[in-house]
Amino acid sequence: MPPPLLELRHIGKNFAGVRALDDLSLTIEPGEIHCLAGENGSGKSTLIKVISGVVVPDQGEMLFDGEAIRALTPVRAIACGVQVIFQDFSLFGNLTVAENLALSNELRDRRRFVSWRRVRAVATRAVARLGVDLDLDANVDRLPASGRQLVAIARALMSDARLLIMDEPTTALTRKEVETLFRIVRDIQARGISVLFVSHKMREMLEISEQITVIRNGRHAASGKTADFDEAGITRAMTGHDVGDVPYVWRGGSAAAPRLEVRGLAVPGRFRDIALTVQPGEILGIAGLLGSGRTDFALTLFGMHPGYGGKIAIDGVPVRLDTVQDAIGRGIAYVPEDRLTEGLFLSQSIDRNLLASCFRRLAAHGMLNRRRMRAAAALMIDAMRIVTPAGERPVMELSGGNQQRVMMGRWLMTAARILILNGPTVGVDVGSKAGIHAKLRELAQEQELAILMISDDVPELVQNCNRILVMHRGLIVDEIAASKTTEAAVSERLRLLA
Amino acid sequence: MTATSLLRRPETVIFLVIVMAMLAIGLVNPAFWQLGNMFSLVRANIVTGIMALGVLTVMISGGIDVSFPAFAMMAMYLTLLWMFATGYSGVALPFGMATAIGIGLGALNAFFVHSVRMIPLIVTLGTGALVRGFLLGVIGTSTINIDRMPTPLIDFARIDLLSTTGPDGGHAGLTAMVLIYLGFALLVHLMLRHTMIGRSVFAMGGDPEAARRVGFNIRRTTFFVYCLAGGLAGFTGLLHVSMIWLANPHDLAGMELDVIAAVVLGGASIFGGRGSVLGTMFGVFMLVMVNNSLIIMHISTTWQRVVVGVIVIAATAVTAWRDRKRIA
Repeated sequence: MPPPLLELRHIGKNFAGVRALDDLSLTIEPGEIHCLAGENGSGKSTLIKVISGVVVPDQGEMLFDGEAIRALTPVRAIACGVQVIFQDFSLFGNLTVAENLALSNELRDRRRFVSWRRVRAVATRAVARLGVDLDLDANVDRLPASGRQLVAIARALMSDARLLIMDEPTTALTRKEVETLFRIVRDIQARGISVLFVSHKMREMLEISEQITVIRNGRHAASGKTADFDEAGITRAMTGHDVGDVPYVWRGGSAAAPRLEVRGLAVPGRFRDIALTVQPGEILGIAGLLGSGRTDFALTLFGMHPGYGGKIAIDGVPVRLDTVQDAIGRGIAYVPEDRLTEGLFLSQSIDRNLLASCFRRLAAHGMLNRRRMRAAAALMIDAMRIVTPAGERPVMELSGGNQQRVMMGRWLMTAARILILNGPTVGVDVGSKAGIHAKLRELAQEQELAILMISDDVPELVQNCNRILVMHRGLIVDEIAASKTTEAAVSERLRLLA
Repeated sequence: MTATSLLRRPETVIFLVIVMAMLAIGLVNPAFWQLGNMFSLVRANIVTGIMALGVLTVMISGGIDVSFPAFAMMAMYLTLLWMFATGYSGVALPFGMATAIGIGLGALNAFFVHSVRMIPLIVTLGTGALVRGFLLGVIGTSTINIDRMPTPLIDFARIDLLSTTGPDGGHAGLTAMVLIYLGFALLVHLMLRHTMIGRSVFAMGGDPEAARRVGFNIRRTTFFVYCLAGGLAGFTGLLHVSMIWLANPHDLAGMELDVIAAVVLGGASIFGGRGSVLGTMFGVFMLVMVNNSLIIMHISTTWQRVVVGVIVIAATAVTAWRDRKRIA
């Protein structure tokens, strides 16, 4: 039996006194698809950096083809056949596909002059090898995320790769694109190239890989054949405990009027004839494919589609929501899909981010009371269980789950009565996800919030909502009581629409 | 290349705008089309144009340079003082010296931008003010008039490619200095399009982190772009005073805005990663032509500044809008 392609033995690494990796061992056989699972901050990225020679470990040894390699540098790692596809793809948006593919070749050959004919030839070969169709003359920033990923993969495969490391490759992809990606990954495998697939998405790991290694807090938590794992097993290994699986039950309210009542709501070209009621304490899920109009519906409630048709009533009072100020004033809060670009001020402090939407409420006679503000923010950091040493720290230092909590906390501080969440746990790891879900249920139950949850994550909807609406091409096509359905049934329903 | 993609190129757009503007100006004042005016228009392109080539390269790399007019004057003045001190009479060596001084000052910019990781705008504002202040405070403020200007320089800059005598008996010539401009433009174009250092400028402007990962030497590229801008500025400083026979250390102040306006007008992105030599040359031509035409249309020169300001804002707005569309 040939030696494994890569063997890590007892790797340890400290960063400024923090133990990032501790006695970690990992073996990758030639031609295997290996999943590396772990929550954010578990040491996955550090491990990738160790394998690609960017970070030098303090302890342990690394063997390629059974031979120990000391002082692995990025150049040595590439010579050993290690190629990393970073989450951001590391491509040049302002250059053409052809040039992006050929650049590293030109650099490796230490060229001084560029021959555009050679660039084209190299790129054509690279694309042909991957068996995909790409416009070589298009600028990369004109491509969708899936196209950019193909370019990154094609580029990685050019240089005789033997181990392809993919860091969270499915984050920006739709389900269909993920399937295409998996086909390509299996194709790569068929050529004897090993793939290290780094992810925190259970389903994908179970679907694509043969071996799984789970790490937690920089340590080996579990490993073995994928066939021997199930979702609960991986989750337990990743988080160190079982994550509750109890569906949300709405016990019914005593309110006279529904919290939110919508009749005949329509925005031309986006959606029409939307009618629904949400009671205080209800968590209503909205499922639907991309382009179903669900985001536009949410944005309309948040006052971003002025001039909509139809009627909206909150607590039995008819309202018009033509501006965001109207919506906030009526107690509607919206946590956008991409919290990073749409909501948070990343370089600003947690306190300021929390307070951003309620400065007016905290200001007496137009003057801000600093002590009151800090106290209010501290209360919310505590209530949302945001993990941070101090509220003055910038938000970008927080993990994805904690950032999401800051966003939710901000809206709760506006005394919101209706909370609209769009993809509440996109890019959030399992442990934090469970924490966010628990918090949402608690808010619905104890503070009688009405929550609208838009999500692609079917298990998330089935587990946390008491009702699920299915939107398709601008219409509500189905209403499902969560207690009477299963994940599989909802997924099947959505698949039929596609 | 299809017709629509050709139409979408910024070079095509600015070219069409230039043609329309020329027709419009010619209608208002037919004197615009006189050969003498055409020649002086070309002549006015040279200094702004060569400097713009350097600024273009810096902007493609994702940086910006506002220090070059100060560097140009510093290089020019030091070179002239050296010529007086030694009595040297030649052309090539002084130009080489001015270029070298410019390169040295450019390296100063690159050091702060790369090694100290400062924002290019702040760095070049600072070094520009510093160099200009040092020049005026320590080296001298006296203007060198034609009677003291070294004759070899004047004779060199007076070479004409061809000359005519206008209907009014006035003499007009097409200066040979335009060949220097075209030569530099060709070199910078070839460098940007066909050398690895040129592609590294584009790569760095697109994504510096990705450029580092793919194996470009970011430090070398940074030094290259700022030294190129400095060197071209130093050269042009001396060329400028040779052409106007007057060396005033206060000269060219405020020129950075014109040059940046021209580069942006030519389709370069203020965010880096995009731009071309041809577009920049068109941008320079457009700007110079508008400025010159205001004069022949008897509009007060103070309005030139308004026009330059409007062009900067309009051109930046258009490119920013274009780039945002790309990102979205």
